[in-house]
Amino acid sequence: MRAMFCVLSAASLALASCATEEQKPAAQAPVETKPGAPQAVQTQPVKPVTPGKPGASPFAALKDPGSILSKRTVYFDFDKFDVKPEYRPLVEAHAKFLRENPSAKMLIQGNADERGSREYNVGLGQRRSEAVKKMLTLLGAREEQIEAVSLGEEKPACAEHSEECWAKNRRDDMLYSGEY
Amino acid sequence: MTRLLALFLLCIPAAHAQLSIEITGAGAQRIPIAIVPFTGEKTLPPGISSIVRADLERSGFFRGLELPPIAPEPTEATSINYAEWRSRLADALLVGSVQQRPDGRFEVRFRVHDVVKQQPLGGIAYTLNKDQVRATAHRISDFVYEKLTGEKGVFSTRIAYVVKRGNRYELQIADYDGANAETALASFEPIISPVWSPDGKRLAYVSFENKKPVVYIHTLADGRRHVVANFKGSNSAPAWTPDGNRLAVVLSREGGSQLFMINADGSGVRRLASSSAIDTEPRFSPDGQSIYFTSDRGGTPQIYRMSATGGEPQRVTFEGSYNVSPRISPDGKTLAYITRNDSKFQVALLDLSTRQVQILTDSDRDESPSFSPNGRMILLATVIGERGVLSAVSADGRVKQRLSTAAGDVREPAWGPFIE
Repeated sequence: MRAMFCVLSAASLALASCATEEQKPAAQAPVETKPGAPQAVQTQPVKPVTPGKPGASPFAALKDPGSILSKRTVYFDFDKFDVKPEYRPLVEAHAKFLRENPSAKMLIQGNADERGSREYNVGLGQRRSEAVKKMLTLLGAREEQIEAVSLGEEKPACAEHSEECWAKNRRDDMLYSGEY
Repeated sequence: MTRLLALFLLCIPAAHAQLSIEITGAGAQRIPIAIVPFTGEKTLPPGISSIVRADLERSGFFRGLELPPIAPEPTEATSINYAEWRSRLADALLVGSVQQRPDGRFEVRFRVHDVVKQQPLGGIAYTLNKDQVRATAHRISDFVYEKLTGEKGVFSTRIAYVVKRGNRYELQIADYDGANAETALASFEPIISPVWSPDGKRLAYVSFENKKPVVYIHTLADGRRHVVANFKGSNSAPAWTPDGNRLAVVLSREGGSQLFMINADGSGVRRLASSSAIDTEPRFSPDGQSIYFTSDRGGTPQIYRMSATGGEPQRVTFEGSYNVSPRISPDGKTLAYITRNDSKFQVALLDLSTRQVQILTDSDRDESPSFSPNGRMILLATVIGERGVLSAVSADGRVKQRLSTAAGDVREPAWGPFIE
Protein backbone atom coordinates (compact mmCIF):
# COMPACT_ATOMS: atom_id res chain seq x y z
CA MET A 1 0.00 0.00 0.00
CA ARG A 2 2.78 2.36 0.88
CA ALA A 3 4.67 1.65 -2.28
CA MET A 4 1.52 2.20 -4.23
CA PHE A 5 1.02 5.53 -2.51
CA CYS A 6 4.46 6.56 -3.63
CA VAL A 7 3.67 5.75 -7.17
CA LEU A 8 0.43 7.63 -7.08
CA SER A 9 2.05 10.66 -5.42
CA ALA A 10 4.04 13.22 -7.28
CA ALA A 11 6.96 11.75 -9.03
CA SER A 12 9.39 14.51 -8.09
CA LEU A 13 8.94 14.09 -4.35
CA ALA A 14 8.11 10.44 -4.19
CA LEU A 15 11.43 9.14 -2.97
CA ALA A 16 11.81 11.76 -0.27
CA SER A 17 8.31 11.41 1.09
CA CYS A 18 8.54 7.66 1.11
CA ALA A 19 11.75 7.68 3.01
CA THR A 20 10.31 10.05 5.56
CA GLU A 21 7.21 7.96 6.05
CA GLU A 22 9.09 4.77 6.44
CA GLN A 23 10.98 6.23 9.30
CA LYS A 24 7.70 7.15 10.95
CA PRO A 25 5.55 4.04 10.84
CA ALA A 26 2.97 5.64 13.03
CA ALA A 27 2.39 8.45 10.59
CA GLN A 28 -1.08 9.04 9.35
CA ALA A 29 -2.52 6.78 6.70
CA PRO A 30 -1.54 7.76 3.21
CA VAL A 31 -4.42 9.96 2.29
CA GLU A 32 -4.24 12.87 -0.04
CA THR A 33 -3.57 16.43 0.89
CA LYS A 34 -4.99 17.83 4.09
CA PRO A 35 -5.75 21.49 4.71
CA GLY A 36 -2.77 23.20 6.22
CA ALA A 37 -0.28 20.61 5.14
CA PRO A 38 3.07 22.02 4.15
CA GLN A 39 3.20 23.18 0.57
CA ALA A 40 6.18 20.92 -0.09
CA VAL A 41 4.20 17.71 0.09
CA GLN A 42 1.36 18.92 -2.09
CA THR A 43 1.17 16.75 -5.16
CA GLN A 44 -0.89 16.76 -8.29
CA PRO A 45 -4.58 17.13 -7.60
CA VAL A 46 -6.51 13.89 -7.47
CA LYS A 47 -10.19 14.07 -8.13
CA PRO A 48 -12.12 12.59 -5.25
CA VAL A 49 -13.66 9.24 -5.93
CA THR A 50 -16.91 9.89 -4.08
CA PRO A 51 -19.27 12.82 -4.46
CA GLY A 52 -18.17 13.76 -0.98
CA LYS A 53 -21.08 13.18 1.41
CA PRO A 54 -19.64 11.67 4.54
CA GLY A 55 -20.80 8.10 4.85
CA ALA A 56 -21.99 7.90 1.26
CA SER A 57 -21.37 4.57 -0.40
CA PRO A 58 -18.34 4.56 -2.64
CA PHE A 59 -20.48 2.63 -5.10
CA ALA A 60 -22.50 5.80 -5.73
CA ALA A 61 -19.60 7.08 -7.81
CA LEU A 62 -20.19 4.27 -10.30
CA LYS A 63 -23.39 5.96 -11.33
CA ASP A 64 -22.29 9.57 -10.94
CA PRO A 65 -22.05 11.07 -14.42
CA GLY A 66 -19.39 13.43 -13.06
CA SER A 67 -17.13 10.56 -12.07
CA ILE A 68 -14.83 8.82 -14.48
CA LEU A 69 -16.09 5.59 -12.90
CA SER A 70 -19.42 6.04 -14.64
CA LYS A 71 -17.58 5.49 -17.91
CA ARG A 72 -17.35 1.79 -18.67
CA THR A 73 -16.38 1.25 -22.26
CA VAL A 74 -12.98 0.70 -23.83
CA TYR A 75 -12.81 0.68 -27.63
CA PHE A 76 -10.31 -1.24 -29.73
CA ASP A 77 -8.85 -0.86 -33.19
CA PHE A 78 -9.57 -3.42 -35.90
CA ASP A 79 -7.93 -6.75 -35.13
CA LYS A 80 -6.25 -5.18 -32.08
CA PHE A 81 -6.38 -6.09 -28.42
CA ASP A 82 -4.10 -3.60 -26.72
CA VAL A 83 -5.70 -0.97 -24.49
CA LYS A 84 -5.04 2.35 -26.20
CA PRO A 85 -3.35 5.09 -24.11
CA GLU A 86 -6.48 7.22 -24.13
CA TYR A 87 -8.29 4.56 -22.05
CA ARG A 88 -5.52 4.22 -19.49
CA PRO A 89 -6.94 6.78 -17.03
CA LEU A 90 -10.32 5.02 -17.20
CA VAL A 91 -8.84 1.61 -16.48
CA GLU A 92 -6.64 3.07 -13.73
CA ALA A 93 -9.67 4.63 -12.04
CA HIS A 94 -11.51 1.30 -12.05
CA ALA A 95 -8.43 -0.51 -10.79
CA LYS A 96 -8.25 1.93 -7.91
CA PHE A 97 -11.93 1.45 -7.17
CA LEU A 98 -11.57 -2.33 -7.14
CA ARG A 99 -8.50 -2.02 -4.94
CA GLU A 100 -10.28 0.20 -2.45
CA ASN A 101 -13.46 -1.83 -2.50
CA PRO A 102 -12.43 -5.46 -2.17
CA SER A 103 -16.06 -6.58 -2.12
CA ALA A 104 -16.67 -5.07 -5.56
CA LYS A 105 -16.90 -7.52 -8.44
CA MET A 106 -16.62 -6.72 -12.10
CA LEU A 107 -17.73 -8.50 -15.28
CA ILE A 108 -15.88 -7.41 -18.41
CA GLN A 109 -17.74 -8.26 -21.60
CA GLY A 110 -15.53 -8.21 -24.68
CA ASN A 111 -17.10 -7.70 -28.10
CA ALA A 112 -16.15 -8.02 -31.74
CA ASP A 113 -17.58 -6.59 -34.92
CA GLU A 114 -19.86 -8.74 -37.04
CA ARG A 115 -17.46 -9.85 -39.72
CA GLY A 116 -16.50 -13.50 -39.82
CA SER A 117 -17.24 -16.56 -37.74
CA ARG A 118 -19.38 -16.14 -34.65
CA GLU A 119 -17.26 -18.47 -32.58
CA TYR A 120 -13.96 -16.98 -33.71
CA ASN A 121 -15.44 -13.61 -32.78
CA VAL A 122 -16.16 -14.99 -29.31
CA GLY A 123 -12.42 -15.63 -29.18
CA LEU A 124 -11.60 -12.09 -30.31
CA GLY A 125 -13.92 -10.58 -27.70
CA GLN A 126 -12.34 -12.79 -25.05
CA ARG A 127 -8.90 -11.48 -25.95
CA ARG A 128 -10.17 -7.93 -25.49
CA SER A 129 -11.84 -8.55 -22.14
CA GLU A 130 -8.72 -10.32 -20.88
CA ALA A 131 -6.56 -7.37 -21.97
CA VAL A 132 -8.48 -4.99 -19.72
CA LYS A 133 -8.61 -7.58 -16.94
CA LYS A 134 -4.85 -7.97 -17.10
CA MET A 135 -4.32 -4.22 -16.86
CA LEU A 136 -6.69 -3.99 -13.90
CA THR A 137 -4.88 -6.75 -12.02
CA LEU A 138 -1.46 -5.26 -12.81
CA LEU A 139 -2.79 -2.07 -11.24
CA GLY A 140 -3.72 -3.87 -8.06
CA ALA A 141 -7.23 -5.28 -8.53
CA ARG A 142 -7.47 -8.88 -7.37
CA GLU A 143 -7.96 -11.62 -9.92
CA GLU A 144 -11.00 -12.97 -8.00
CA GLN A 145 -12.79 -9.64 -8.36
CA ILE A 146 -12.92 -9.77 -12.14
CA GLU A 147 -14.48 -12.12 -14.66
CA ALA A 148 -13.53 -11.57 -18.29
CA VAL A 149 -16.02 -12.98 -20.79
CA SER A 150 -16.93 -12.50 -24.42
CA LEU A 151 -20.17 -11.73 -26.18
CA GLY A 152 -18.52 -12.13 -29.57
CA GLU A 153 -20.47 -10.32 -32.28
CA GLU A 154 -23.81 -11.05 -30.62
CA LYS A 155 -24.46 -7.78 -28.80
CA PRO A 156 -23.50 -4.95 -31.14
CA ALA A 157 -23.80 -1.42 -29.80
CA CYS A 158 -24.43 -0.27 -33.35
CA ALA A 159 -26.33 -2.31 -35.90
CA GLU A 160 -25.29 -0.85 -39.24
CA HIS A 161 -22.76 -2.47 -41.54
CA SER A 162 -20.12 0.25 -41.73
CA GLU A 163 -16.64 0.80 -40.37
CA GLU A 164 -17.98 3.62 -38.21
CA CYS A 165 -20.41 1.21 -36.64
CA TRP A 166 -17.97 -1.66 -36.38
CA ALA A 167 -15.60 0.60 -34.43
CA LYS A 168 -18.32 1.06 -31.81
CA ASN A 169 -18.74 -2.69 -31.56
CA ARG A 170 -15.08 -3.56 -30.97
CA ARG A 171 -15.28 -2.81 -27.29
CA ASP A 172 -15.16 -3.95 -23.68
CA ASP A 173 -17.97 -3.06 -21.31
CA MET A 174 -17.13 -3.09 -17.60
CA LEU A 175 -20.07 -3.98 -15.38
CA TYR A 176 -20.21 -4.22 -11.59
CA SER A 177 -22.29 -6.70 -9.61
CA GLY A 178 -25.90 -5.77 -9.75
CA GLU A 179 -25.54 -4.18 -13.15
CA TYR A 180 -25.82 -7.35 -15.21
CA MET B 1 -45.90 -45.96 -37.07
CA THR B 2 -46.22 -45.35 -33.36
CA ARG B 3 -42.86 -43.65 -33.54
CA LEU B 4 -44.11 -41.42 -36.32
CA LEU B 5 -47.13 -40.58 -34.25
CA ALA B 6 -45.01 -39.79 -31.21
CA LEU B 7 -42.83 -37.51 -33.28
CA PHE B 8 -45.82 -35.57 -34.44
CA LEU B 9 -47.34 -35.11 -31.03
CA LEU B 10 -44.17 -33.29 -30.05
CA CYS B 11 -44.24 -31.06 -33.04
CA ILE B 12 -46.27 -27.99 -32.24
CA PRO B 13 -45.95 -25.96 -35.41
CA ALA B 14 -44.94 -22.38 -34.76
CA ALA B 15 -46.96 -19.88 -36.74
CA HIS B 16 -45.07 -17.77 -39.30
CA ALA B 17 -42.06 -20.03 -39.00
CA GLN B 18 -42.45 -22.03 -42.16
CA LEU B 19 -39.50 -21.87 -44.48
CA SER B 20 -40.18 -21.61 -48.16
CA ILE B 21 -37.73 -23.04 -50.61
CA GLU B 22 -36.70 -21.88 -54.02
CA ILE B 23 -34.24 -23.77 -56.15
CA THR B 24 -31.74 -21.84 -58.23
CA GLY B 25 -29.68 -23.97 -60.53
CA ALA B 26 -29.91 -27.67 -61.06
CA GLY B 27 -27.77 -30.76 -61.33
CA ALA B 28 -26.49 -31.78 -64.72
CA GLN B 29 -27.61 -35.37 -64.80
CA ARG B 30 -30.98 -35.67 -63.19
CA ILE B 31 -33.02 -38.84 -63.33
CA PRO B 32 -36.30 -38.14 -65.14
CA ILE B 33 -39.01 -39.64 -62.97
CA ALA B 34 -42.72 -39.87 -63.62
CA ILE B 35 -44.60 -39.40 -60.35
CA VAL B 36 -48.23 -40.27 -60.97
CA PRO B 37 -50.67 -38.69 -58.52
CA PHE B 38 -51.64 -41.43 -56.06
CA THR B 39 -55.24 -42.52 -56.54
CA GLY B 40 -57.40 -41.26 -53.68
CA GLU B 41 -54.72 -38.89 -52.35
CA LYS B 42 -57.09 -35.91 -52.48
CA THR B 43 -58.54 -37.16 -49.20
CA LEU B 44 -55.14 -36.49 -47.60
CA PRO B 45 -54.09 -32.91 -48.32
CA PRO B 46 -51.64 -31.51 -49.27
CA GLY B 47 -51.11 -34.61 -51.43
CA ILE B 48 -48.41 -37.17 -50.98
CA SER B 49 -47.19 -37.27 -54.58
CA SER B 50 -46.53 -33.52 -54.72
CA ILE B 51 -44.44 -33.66 -51.52
CA VAL B 52 -42.45 -36.60 -52.90
CA ARG B 53 -41.87 -34.77 -56.15
CA ALA B 54 -40.67 -31.64 -54.32
CA ASP B 55 -38.35 -33.76 -52.16
CA LEU B 56 -36.80 -35.57 -55.10
CA GLU B 57 -36.33 -32.42 -57.18
CA ARG B 58 -34.79 -30.59 -54.23
CA SER B 59 -32.13 -33.28 -53.97
CA GLY B 60 -30.77 -32.22 -57.35
CA PHE B 61 -30.75 -35.80 -58.62
CA PHE B 62 -34.27 -35.97 -60.04
CA ARG B 63 -36.46 -34.16 -62.52
CA GLY B 64 -40.18 -34.72 -62.15
CA LEU B 65 -41.86 -35.15 -65.53
CA GLU B 66 -45.01 -33.26 -66.45
CA LEU B 67 -47.71 -35.83 -67.05
CA PRO B 68 -50.97 -35.60 -68.95
CA PRO B 69 -54.01 -37.05 -67.19
CA ILE B 70 -53.89 -40.80 -67.51
CA ALA B 71 -57.02 -42.95 -67.46
CA PRO B 72 -57.33 -45.29 -65.79
CA GLU B 73 -54.77 -44.00 -63.28
CA PRO B 74 -52.12 -46.62 -62.68
CA THR B 75 -51.52 -47.70 -59.10
CA GLU B 76 -49.02 -49.91 -57.30
CA ALA B 77 -51.14 -52.86 -58.37
CA THR B 78 -51.23 -51.98 -62.05
CA SER B 79 -49.28 -53.95 -64.58
CA ILE B 80 -46.88 -51.40 -66.08
CA ASN B 81 -46.41 -50.89 -69.81
CA TYR B 82 -42.73 -49.96 -69.65
CA ALA B 83 -42.47 -49.11 -73.37
CA GLU B 84 -45.18 -46.50 -72.97
CA TRP B 85 -43.37 -44.86 -70.01
CA ARG B 86 -40.11 -45.02 -71.90
CA SER B 87 -41.74 -43.08 -74.72
CA ARG B 88 -42.72 -40.45 -72.14
CA LEU B 89 -38.94 -40.17 -71.45
CA ALA B 90 -39.22 -41.55 -67.94
CA ASP B 91 -36.30 -43.47 -66.49
CA ALA B 92 -38.24 -44.15 -63.33
CA LEU B 93 -41.89 -44.33 -62.33
CA LEU B 94 -43.66 -43.95 -59.00
CA VAL B 95 -47.27 -45.05 -58.61
CA GLY B 96 -49.42 -45.50 -55.54
CA SER B 97 -52.79 -45.23 -53.87
CA VAL B 98 -54.43 -43.93 -50.72
CA GLN B 99 -57.36 -45.64 -49.05
CA GLN B 100 -59.30 -44.74 -45.95
CA ARG B 101 -59.65 -47.60 -43.51
CA PRO B 102 -62.74 -48.40 -41.46
CA ASP B 103 -61.00 -47.08 -38.32
CA GLY B 104 -60.59 -43.64 -39.93
CA ARG B 105 -56.91 -43.97 -40.54
CA PHE B 106 -55.39 -44.18 -43.99
CA GLU B 107 -53.33 -46.68 -45.88
CA VAL B 108 -50.80 -45.59 -48.48
CA ARG B 109 -49.28 -48.08 -50.88
CA PHE B 110 -46.71 -47.33 -53.53
CA ARG B 111 -44.34 -49.00 -55.97
CA VAL B 112 -41.32 -47.60 -57.74
CA HIS B 113 -40.24 -48.94 -61.13
CA ASP B 114 -37.01 -48.80 -63.08
CA VAL B 115 -38.41 -48.06 -66.55
CA VAL B 116 -35.07 -48.53 -68.31
CA LYS B 117 -34.50 -51.99 -66.84
CA GLN B 118 -38.24 -52.66 -67.01
CA GLN B 119 -38.54 -53.94 -63.49
CA PRO B 120 -40.24 -52.99 -60.24
CA LEU B 121 -37.85 -51.90 -57.51
CA GLY B 122 -40.20 -52.41 -54.61
CA GLY B 123 -42.78 -50.66 -52.51
CA ILE B 124 -44.21 -50.40 -49.01
CA ALA B 125 -47.59 -49.90 -47.35
CA TYR B 126 -47.90 -47.34 -44.55
CA THR B 127 -50.77 -46.73 -42.18
CA LEU B 128 -51.08 -43.16 -41.03
CA ASN B 129 -53.21 -40.47 -39.47
CA LYS B 130 -54.24 -37.34 -41.29
CA ASP B 131 -51.48 -35.33 -39.62
CA GLN B 132 -48.73 -37.67 -40.80
CA VAL B 133 -48.95 -36.91 -44.50
CA ARG B 134 -45.67 -35.02 -44.73
CA ALA B 135 -43.71 -37.51 -42.62
CA THR B 136 -45.07 -40.40 -44.67
CA ALA B 137 -44.33 -38.66 -47.97
CA HIS B 138 -40.73 -38.03 -46.80
CA ARG B 139 -40.38 -41.76 -46.03
CA ILE B 140 -41.57 -42.62 -49.51
CA SER B 141 -39.06 -40.12 -50.91
CA ASP B 142 -36.30 -41.77 -48.87
CA PHE B 143 -37.28 -45.16 -50.29
CA VAL B 144 -37.36 -43.96 -53.90
CA TYR B 145 -34.12 -42.01 -53.52
CA GLU B 146 -32.26 -44.97 -52.07
CA LYS B 147 -33.60 -47.42 -54.66
CA LEU B 148 -32.57 -45.20 -57.56
CA THR B 149 -29.30 -43.66 -56.32
CA GLY B 150 -28.03 -46.34 -53.96
CA GLU B 151 -27.63 -43.75 -51.19
CA LYS B 152 -29.72 -42.90 -48.19
CA GLY B 153 -32.08 -39.96 -48.54
CA VAL B 154 -32.26 -37.16 -45.99
CA PHE B 155 -35.95 -36.33 -46.42
CA SER B 156 -36.89 -37.52 -42.93
CA THR B 157 -34.10 -35.67 -41.16
CA ARG B 158 -34.51 -32.42 -39.26
CA ILE B 159 -32.62 -29.17 -39.02
CA ALA B 160 -32.01 -26.74 -36.17
CA TYR B 161 -31.43 -23.01 -36.53
CA VAL B 162 -31.80 -19.77 -34.61
CA VAL B 163 -34.32 -17.08 -35.55
CA LYS B 164 -33.92 -13.55 -34.26
CA ARG B 165 -37.06 -11.40 -34.17
CA GLY B 166 -36.44 -8.05 -32.56
CA ASN B 167 -34.87 -8.80 -29.20
CA ARG B 168 -36.10 -12.38 -29.14
CA TYR B 169 -34.02 -15.38 -30.10
CA GLU B 170 -35.64 -18.73 -30.87
CA LEU B 171 -33.88 -22.04 -31.30
CA GLN B 172 -36.10 -23.87 -33.74
CA ILE B 173 -36.28 -27.43 -35.01
CA ALA B 174 -37.92 -28.15 -38.36
CA ASP B 175 -38.19 -30.87 -40.96
CA TYR B 176 -35.31 -30.77 -43.44
CA ASP B 177 -37.49 -28.66 -45.77
CA GLY B 178 -38.44 -26.16 -43.06
CA ALA B 179 -41.94 -27.51 -42.47
CA ASN B 180 -43.27 -28.28 -38.99
CA ALA B 181 -41.02 -25.76 -37.28
CA GLU B 182 -41.20 -25.80 -33.50
CA THR B 183 -39.43 -23.64 -30.95
CA ALA B 184 -37.22 -25.56 -28.54
CA LEU B 185 -35.95 -22.51 -26.69
CA ALA B 186 -36.86 -18.82 -26.68
CA SER B 187 -34.65 -16.24 -25.01
CA PHE B 188 -34.02 -12.52 -24.88
CA GLU B 189 -30.29 -13.20 -25.10
CA PRO B 190 -28.39 -14.69 -28.05
CA ILE B 191 -28.22 -18.41 -28.78
CA ILE B 192 -25.42 -19.69 -31.04
CA SER B 193 -23.65 -22.83 -32.20
CA PRO B 194 -26.35 -25.51 -31.97
CA VAL B 195 -24.99 -29.01 -32.68
CA TRP B 196 -26.97 -32.25 -32.83
CA SER B 197 -26.03 -35.23 -30.74
CA PRO B 198 -25.20 -38.22 -32.95
CA ASP B 199 -28.50 -39.90 -32.00
CA GLY B 200 -30.50 -36.79 -32.97
CA LYS B 201 -32.21 -36.60 -29.58
CA ARG B 202 -30.29 -33.72 -28.04
CA LEU B 203 -28.80 -30.40 -29.03
CA ALA B 204 -25.79 -28.76 -27.46
CA TYR B 205 -25.63 -24.99 -27.88
CA VAL B 206 -24.29 -21.78 -26.40
CA SER B 207 -26.73 -19.46 -24.65
CA PHE B 208 -25.92 -15.97 -23.37
CA GLU B 209 -28.85 -15.85 -20.94
CA ASN B 210 -26.40 -15.43 -18.03
CA LYS B 211 -24.73 -12.44 -19.71
CA LYS B 212 -21.88 -14.67 -20.80
CA PRO B 213 -21.55 -17.72 -23.02
CA VAL B 214 -22.55 -20.98 -21.30
CA VAL B 215 -22.82 -24.42 -22.97
CA TYR B 216 -26.08 -26.36 -22.50
CA ILE B 217 -27.42 -29.74 -23.60
CA HIS B 218 -31.12 -29.74 -24.45
CA THR B 219 -33.18 -32.92 -24.77
CA LEU B 220 -35.74 -32.32 -27.51
CA ALA B 221 -38.39 -34.85 -26.47
CA ASP B 222 -39.05 -33.34 -23.03
CA GLY B 223 -37.46 -29.89 -23.36
CA ARG B 224 -35.20 -30.48 -20.38
CA ARG B 225 -31.72 -29.09 -20.44
CA HIS B 226 -28.66 -28.92 -18.27
CA VAL B 227 -25.50 -26.88 -18.10
CA VAL B 228 -22.47 -28.66 -19.52
CA ALA B 229 -19.89 -25.91 -19.08
CA ASN B 230 -20.30 -22.76 -17.02
CA PHE B 231 -16.80 -22.04 -15.80
CA LYS B 232 -15.41 -18.63 -15.02
CA GLY B 233 -14.95 -16.79 -18.31
CA SER B 234 -16.45 -17.87 -21.63
CA ASN B 235 -17.76 -21.35 -22.51
CA SER B 236 -18.53 -21.99 -26.16
CA ALA B 237 -18.19 -23.94 -29.43
CA PRO B 238 -19.47 -27.39 -28.37
CA ALA B 239 -18.77 -30.43 -30.59
CA TRP B 240 -19.99 -33.98 -29.87
CA THR B 241 -17.74 -36.99 -30.00
CA PRO B 242 -19.14 -39.55 -32.48
CA ASP B 243 -20.26 -41.78 -29.58
CA GLY B 244 -22.26 -38.90 -28.07
CA ASN B 245 -20.72 -39.30 -24.63
CA ARG B 246 -18.43 -36.31 -24.53
CA LEU B 247 -17.94 -32.89 -26.08
CA ALA B 248 -15.04 -30.75 -27.09
CA VAL B 249 -15.66 -27.20 -25.86
CA VAL B 250 -13.78 -23.92 -25.84
CA LEU B 251 -13.17 -22.50 -22.37
CA SER B 252 -11.35 -19.39 -21.23
CA ARG B 253 -11.13 -20.49 -17.60
CA GLU B 254 -7.36 -20.79 -17.79
CA GLY B 255 -6.98 -17.70 -19.97
CA GLY B 256 -7.49 -17.35 -23.70
CA SER B 257 -9.91 -19.42 -25.81
CA GLN B 258 -8.66 -22.99 -25.52
CA LEU B 259 -9.86 -26.51 -26.35
CA PHE B 260 -11.08 -28.82 -23.58
CA MET B 261 -12.88 -32.14 -23.40
CA ILE B 262 -15.84 -32.58 -21.08
CA ASN B 263 -18.35 -35.35 -20.39
CA ALA B 264 -21.93 -34.71 -21.56
CA ASP B 265 -23.00 -34.44 -17.90
CA GLY B 266 -20.48 -31.65 -17.31
CA SER B 267 -17.99 -33.76 -15.38
CA GLY B 268 -14.41 -34.69 -16.16
CA VAL B 269 -13.19 -31.49 -17.79
CA ARG B 270 -9.65 -31.72 -19.07
CA ARG B 271 -7.50 -29.62 -21.33
CA LEU B 272 -7.01 -30.91 -24.85
CA ALA B 273 -4.49 -28.48 -26.27
CA SER B 274 -2.46 -25.51 -25.24
CA SER B 275 -1.54 -22.44 -27.23
CA SER B 276 -1.29 -18.70 -26.84
CA ALA B 277 -3.71 -18.32 -29.76
CA ILE B 278 -7.47 -18.50 -30.15
CA ASP B 279 -8.29 -22.19 -30.66
CA THR B 280 -11.98 -22.69 -31.41
CA GLU B 281 -14.70 -24.36 -33.53
CA PRO B 282 -13.61 -27.97 -32.87
CA ARG B 283 -15.22 -30.79 -34.90
CA PHE B 284 -14.48 -34.50 -34.68
CA SER B 285 -13.77 -36.57 -37.76
CA PRO B 286 -16.45 -39.28 -38.25
CA ASP B 287 -14.07 -41.94 -36.89
CA GLY B 288 -13.45 -39.84 -33.80
CA GLN B 289 -9.70 -40.01 -34.27
CA SER B 290 -9.07 -36.40 -35.30
CA ILE B 291 -10.25 -32.95 -34.36
CA TYR B 292 -10.43 -30.13 -36.88
CA PHE B 293 -10.45 -26.64 -35.40
CA THR B 294 -9.85 -22.97 -36.12
CA SER B 295 -6.72 -21.32 -34.73
CA ASP B 296 -4.89 -18.06 -35.33
CA ARG B 297 -1.60 -19.42 -34.00
CA GLY B 298 -0.02 -18.66 -37.37
CA GLY B 299 -1.14 -15.04 -37.35
CA THR B 300 -4.40 -15.44 -39.26
CA PRO B 301 -7.31 -17.78 -38.51
CA GLN B 302 -6.76 -21.09 -40.31
CA ILE B 303 -7.99 -24.64 -39.95
CA TYR B 304 -5.83 -27.23 -38.20
CA ARG B 305 -6.16 -30.92 -37.50
CA MET B 306 -4.83 -32.81 -34.53
CA SER B 307 -5.27 -36.16 -32.88
CA ALA B 308 -8.33 -36.36 -30.65
CA THR B 309 -6.01 -37.27 -27.81
CA GLY B 310 -4.03 -34.06 -28.29
CA GLY B 311 -0.60 -33.63 -29.78
CA GLU B 312 0.92 -31.37 -32.41
CA PRO B 313 -1.67 -29.82 -34.78
CA GLN B 314 -1.10 -29.83 -38.54
CA ARG B 315 -2.26 -26.91 -40.61
CA VAL B 316 -4.95 -27.87 -43.16
CA THR B 317 -5.82 -24.63 -45.01
CA PHE B 318 -3.19 -22.50 -46.72
CA GLU B 319 -4.95 -20.41 -49.36
CA GLY B 320 -6.19 -17.05 -48.09
CA SER B 321 -5.92 -15.15 -44.85
CA TYR B 322 -9.19 -16.17 -43.21
CA ASN B 323 -10.40 -19.78 -43.16
CA VAL B 324 -12.77 -20.73 -40.36
CA SER B 325 -15.69 -22.96 -39.26
CA PRO B 326 -14.40 -26.41 -40.36
CA ARG B 327 -17.06 -29.09 -40.99
CA ILE B 328 -15.90 -32.51 -42.00
CA SER B 329 -18.09 -34.49 -44.42
CA PRO B 330 -19.84 -37.64 -43.14
CA ASP B 331 -17.39 -39.82 -45.11
CA GLY B 332 -14.43 -37.88 -43.72
CA LYS B 333 -13.05 -37.13 -47.18
CA THR B 334 -13.86 -33.47 -47.65
CA LEU B 335 -13.84 -30.40 -45.46
CA ALA B 336 -16.34 -27.56 -45.83
CA TYR B 337 -15.41 -24.23 -44.28
CA ILE B 338 -15.85 -20.49 -44.62
CA THR B 339 -13.15 -18.63 -46.53
CA ARG B 340 -12.72 -14.91 -47.03
CA ASN B 341 -12.35 -13.93 -50.68
CA ASP B 342 -11.47 -10.24 -50.77
CA SER B 343 -14.27 -9.04 -48.52
CA LYS B 344 -16.64 -11.93 -49.27
CA PHE B 345 -17.19 -14.80 -46.87
CA GLN B 346 -18.05 -17.92 -48.86
CA VAL B 347 -18.34 -21.68 -48.44
CA ALA B 348 -15.28 -23.58 -49.65
CA LEU B 349 -14.84 -27.32 -50.01
CA LEU B 350 -11.43 -28.93 -49.63
CA ASP B 351 -10.78 -32.43 -50.94
CA LEU B 352 -8.51 -33.77 -48.22
CA SER B 353 -6.70 -36.22 -50.50
CA THR B 354 -6.12 -34.05 -53.59
CA ARG B 355 -5.92 -30.73 -51.67
CA GLN B 356 -8.23 -29.17 -54.30
CA VAL B 357 -10.31 -26.25 -53.06
CA GLN B 358 -13.63 -25.31 -54.66
CA ILE B 359 -15.72 -22.26 -53.75
CA LEU B 360 -19.32 -23.47 -53.68
CA THR B 361 -21.33 -20.29 -53.21
CA ASP B 362 -21.64 -16.90 -54.88
CA SER B 363 -23.12 -15.13 -51.87
CA ASP B 364 -20.87 -12.93 -49.74
CA ARG B 365 -21.73 -13.28 -46.06
CA ASP B 366 -21.89 -17.03 -45.57
CA GLU B 367 -21.61 -18.63 -42.14
CA SER B 368 -22.03 -21.96 -40.36
CA PRO B 369 -21.91 -24.62 -43.10
CA SER B 370 -23.52 -27.94 -42.18
CA PHE B 371 -23.44 -31.20 -44.17
CA SER B 372 -26.58 -33.22 -44.76
CA PRO B 373 -26.09 -36.65 -43.18
CA ASN B 374 -25.56 -38.25 -46.60
CA GLY B 375 -22.95 -35.61 -47.45
CA ARG B 376 -24.73 -34.47 -50.62
CA MET B 377 -25.87 -31.02 -49.51
CA ILE B 378 -24.47 -28.26 -47.33
CA LEU B 379 -26.81 -26.03 -45.37
CA LEU B 380 -25.51 -22.56 -44.55
CA ALA B 381 -26.55 -19.15 -43.27
CA THR B 382 -26.13 -16.13 -45.47
CA VAL B 383 -27.48 -12.59 -45.71
CA ILE B 384 -29.82 -11.40 -48.43
CA GLY B 385 -31.08 -7.83 -48.27
CA GLU B 386 -29.82 -7.27 -44.71
CA ARG B 387 -31.69 -10.31 -43.47
CA GLY B 388 -30.25 -13.64 -42.40
CA VAL B 389 -31.56 -16.55 -44.49
CA LEU B 390 -30.76 -20.21 -44.79
CA SER B 391 -29.39 -21.51 -48.01
CA ALA B 392 -28.28 -24.90 -49.24
CA VAL B 393 -25.78 -25.88 -51.88
CA SER B 394 -25.00 -29.32 -53.25
CA ALA B 395 -21.53 -30.59 -52.42
CA ASP B 396 -20.68 -30.37 -56.13
CA GLY B 397 -21.83 -26.73 -56.19
CA ARG B 398 -24.42 -27.32 -58.89
CA VAL B 399 -27.69 -27.01 -57.01
CA LYS B 400 -28.44 -23.99 -54.87
CA GLN B 401 -31.54 -23.46 -52.79
CA ARG B 402 -32.75 -20.71 -50.57
CA LEU B 403 -34.91 -21.26 -47.53
CA SER B 404 -36.48 -18.20 -45.99
CA THR B 405 -38.91 -17.47 -43.23
CA ALA B 406 -41.68 -14.96 -43.36
CA ALA B 407 -40.09 -12.77 -40.71
CA GLY B 408 -36.93 -12.53 -38.71
CA ASP B 409 -33.27 -13.18 -39.13
CA VAL B 410 -32.35 -16.83 -39.52
CA ARG B 411 -28.85 -18.04 -38.66
CA GLU B 412 -26.77 -20.85 -37.16
CA PRO B 413 -28.23 -23.81 -39.09
CA ALA B 414 -27.30 -27.36 -38.13
CA TRP B 415 -28.46 -30.39 -40.13
CA GLY B 416 -29.44 -33.27 -37.90
CA PRO B 417 -28.38 -36.90 -38.29
CA PHE B 418 -30.27 -39.84 -39.81
CA ILE B 419 -32.93 -41.07 -37.40
CA GLU B 420 -33.32 -44.82 -37.30
